[in-house]
Amino acid sequence: MERGLLGLDPEVVAAARRLAARAAEPVIELARAHTTVAVERATLRLAGITGADSAHRSGDVPWVNRVVDTVREHCGLEHGVALPVFHALAEHDLGGLTELAEATAAGQVRYRVPSGRDRARAERAARAAVARGLRVVDRNRVRRERLVARWGDPPRRPWIYLIVATGDIDEDVVQARNAARAGADVIAVIRSTGQSLLDYVPEGATHHGFAGTYATQENFRIMREALDEVSREVGRYVRLTNYASGLCMPEIAVLAGLQRLDMMLNDSMYGILFRDINPVRTFVDQRFSRQVHARAGIIINTGEDNYLTTADAVEAAHTVTVSQLLNECFGHEAGLADWQLGLGHAFEINPDLPESFRLELAHALLARELFPEAPLKWMPPTKHMTGDVFRGYLLDGFFNLAGVLTGQSILLVGMMTEAVVTPFLSDRDLALANVRYVLGAAGNLWEDFRPEPDGFIVKRAKQVLSEAVDLLERIVEDGLLQAIADGTFGLMRRPADGGKGADGVVAKAEGYCNPAVELLEKGESR
Amino acid sequence: MTATTVPGPAGEAVAAPSGGGRGRYVRPYGDTTGDGMVQMSFTLPVPHGPRAEGAAQQLAAKMGLDPAMVVHSHPIGEDFTFVVVYGSVTHLIDLDAVRVVEREYPLLSPAEVNAAVKKVLRRKLTVVGACIGTDAHTVGIDAILNIKGFAGEKGLEYYRELRVINLGAQVSVPELVRRARAEKADAVLVSQVVTQRDAHILNTREMAAAFREAMGARRPLLVAGGPRFDPLMAAELGVDRVFGRGTTPGEVASYLVHAITTSPSGAAPAGAGRAGA
Repeated sequence: MERGLLGLDPEVVAAARRLAARAAEPVIELARAHTTVAVERATLRLAGITGADSAHRSGDVPWVNRVVDTVREHCGLEHGVALPVFHALAEHDLGGLTELAEATAAGQVRYRVPSGRDRARAERAARAAVARGLRVVDRNRVRRERLVARWGDPPRRPWIYLIVATGDIDEDVVQARNAARAGADVIAVIRSTGQSLLDYVPEGATHHGFAGTYATQENFRIMREALDEVSREVGRYVRLTNYASGLCMPEIAVLAGLQRLDMMLNDSMYGILFRDINPVRTFVDQRFSRQVHARAGIIINTGEDNYLTTADAVEAAHTVTVSQLLNECFGHEAGLADWQLGLGHAFEINPDLPESFRLELAHALLARELFPEAPLKWMPPTKHMTGDVFRGYLLDGFFNLAGVLTGQSILLVGMMTEAVVTPFLSDRDLALANVRYVLGAAGNLWEDFRPEPDGFIVKRAKQVLSEAVDLLERIVEDGLLQAIADGTFGLMRRPADGGKGADGVVAKAEGYCNPAVELLEKGESR
Repeated sequence: MTATTVPGPAGEAVAAPSGGGRGRYVRPYGDTTGDGMVQMSFTLPVPHGPRAEGAAQQLAAKMGLDPAMVVHSHPIGEDFTFVVVYGSVTHLIDLDAVRVVEREYPLLSPAEVNAAVKKVLRRKLTVVGACIGTDAHTVGIDAILNIKGFAGEKGLEYYRELRVINLGAQVSVPELVRRARAEKADAVLVSQVVTQRDAHILNTREMAAAFREAMGARRPLLVAGGPRFDPLMAAELGVDRVFGRGTTPGEVASYLVHAITTSPSGAAPAGAGRAGA
């Protein structure tokens, strides 16, 4: 689509990006200086550890958690988990990480940080093991590119994104196949409520989620395999989405790379604001997970839509812009390309407000023009869906229209039953009919859409951008962590030392070793 | 005012409502009093075609629609048919026989909750939440407390006048009592998902007993919740209120306001000892 309908001042846009970079810089330094239990577990998962201790008294505990917890107990995590683990592997002459985990559970292993030749040997072995895992990720990326070339991308933008969420992976497969046949280009398997606060990733195929299905490596594999089958059938590559968020963000990113997921929800601040996860933990985990996504060719989806469900969508419009700029900056630093930045925004203005649709167009166009190369993710109304399904259907129609008129890239299909029930088969079918009608009737309307240069839409967009610049100036002055603590985003106040998972953050010592970080940062595979 | 009549259950003529009138027996209103017109839609697991429409017609008839008109049908995939049906219901409702369980407190919006807390307490209301015992499922307590919320409603953290402390999972009863005291909690919310060997009941009783012992009448308001709890069990468990499956944050917040406004002291129910503070 042709750019520049808003006539944004390039100077103002550049200033906004400079400010975002300055705001992000201290946080990136913080992320570089720390590791977390989740980053260390993700590293071991790349090195090949799988499975769980089913004999443990509190149920299945993944082996990776047993090992990392024990290493931490014995010698701390400030040097990373790779050295003690691979030293112990050599010292005890064990066949692999699972055997080591079993020996650990039996209390037979005493971990310590090796030095001298032992250290060099452990480092080499760790690097070789992690590189093997990364090569699987690399192969998956190549395979995705081949399959897209063979079966094709969706024939148009926006890509149509549908959610399934039954709690049972086998039912999800049935729903996902039907959704793909009915026109969905992207399937998201929503997670079980509260998984983001679990400090471990469950194992195996699962059948009993709460309002969603657990993200596990096996569930990922099952769904990707099912979508490959249906992709062949419908003649386009159907993408799979899950959630790299919460306390296990880095591990889930690794599992996504290992099982060829295509998109991951991965916001820099969502966990802090909406799940009360410690800010430092989140920024450290986020950086590592994005490095993995960058490598895996995964498109991330950020979560700015959520701010508008708590704060007012008009008053807080500029916080969305600020967060998008920050997400872009953190994403670039972690190695993500523009085509991987599915920045989020949403149609959440109160429909009773006069000119609400024009305001929506202004906000959506602003995002489009600020991030011309990013696959923007356009999220449907949720806050003002009341259970009046007829009104909801109309609202979703206007949401779809705003999406095609402003050139959005990924359109999450709105359900008229939002906030009532999990969608029926027919609700999803009607929702897709709504999208098809709007795409068919007005898909090229953007050609004729020229907002008045001094009109309502242009003025509103410029106002939001200028408010965003003002807010970024304040954030640079106070520090991003302080801004988060003050409730700048989504009205949530989250102090830097509070929140869940804070005890899983460890300052790196001199001589910290993590072959995953080295391989990811240098783009190496051996 | 014209009132048409519809036959009552025993065949007697009964005044039906028209305009602002209130009759005892009612039927849905399409465009004429007493026409009983309804519209509904559903999906049958039958391939699209005359057979699916016939099946829809029969279902509508069994549901009491006479005549029933299948006004639209279309296939959903190969195996399903979506139908829209209009028709007149033969049923009649006796309004005198309608019994509704009224919640004893009104559902309030977050703004109304905040205003009420401000007015009654003149300070924030402190809520301490936890999963007690060995239960690691924080799904319930998080759905009620986290800002993310549940069923489209924001959690209690979203309420400006509520101070929320979520202790998370596997909190021991003595630890919960200690923290509730230290934080001067007005209300303690515990969530129990695991029900093996009635763990949820035993844990909740233990908690209630511990608060009684440690704080007597000055204990905070005790609220238990979980998918397998029966709301009628409050007294038996020794707590003030039990919430079952599907409870939303707004219901809990509205209940807390109700409890503080109806408590004899006019302040927090047991006031955590601060009724006069």
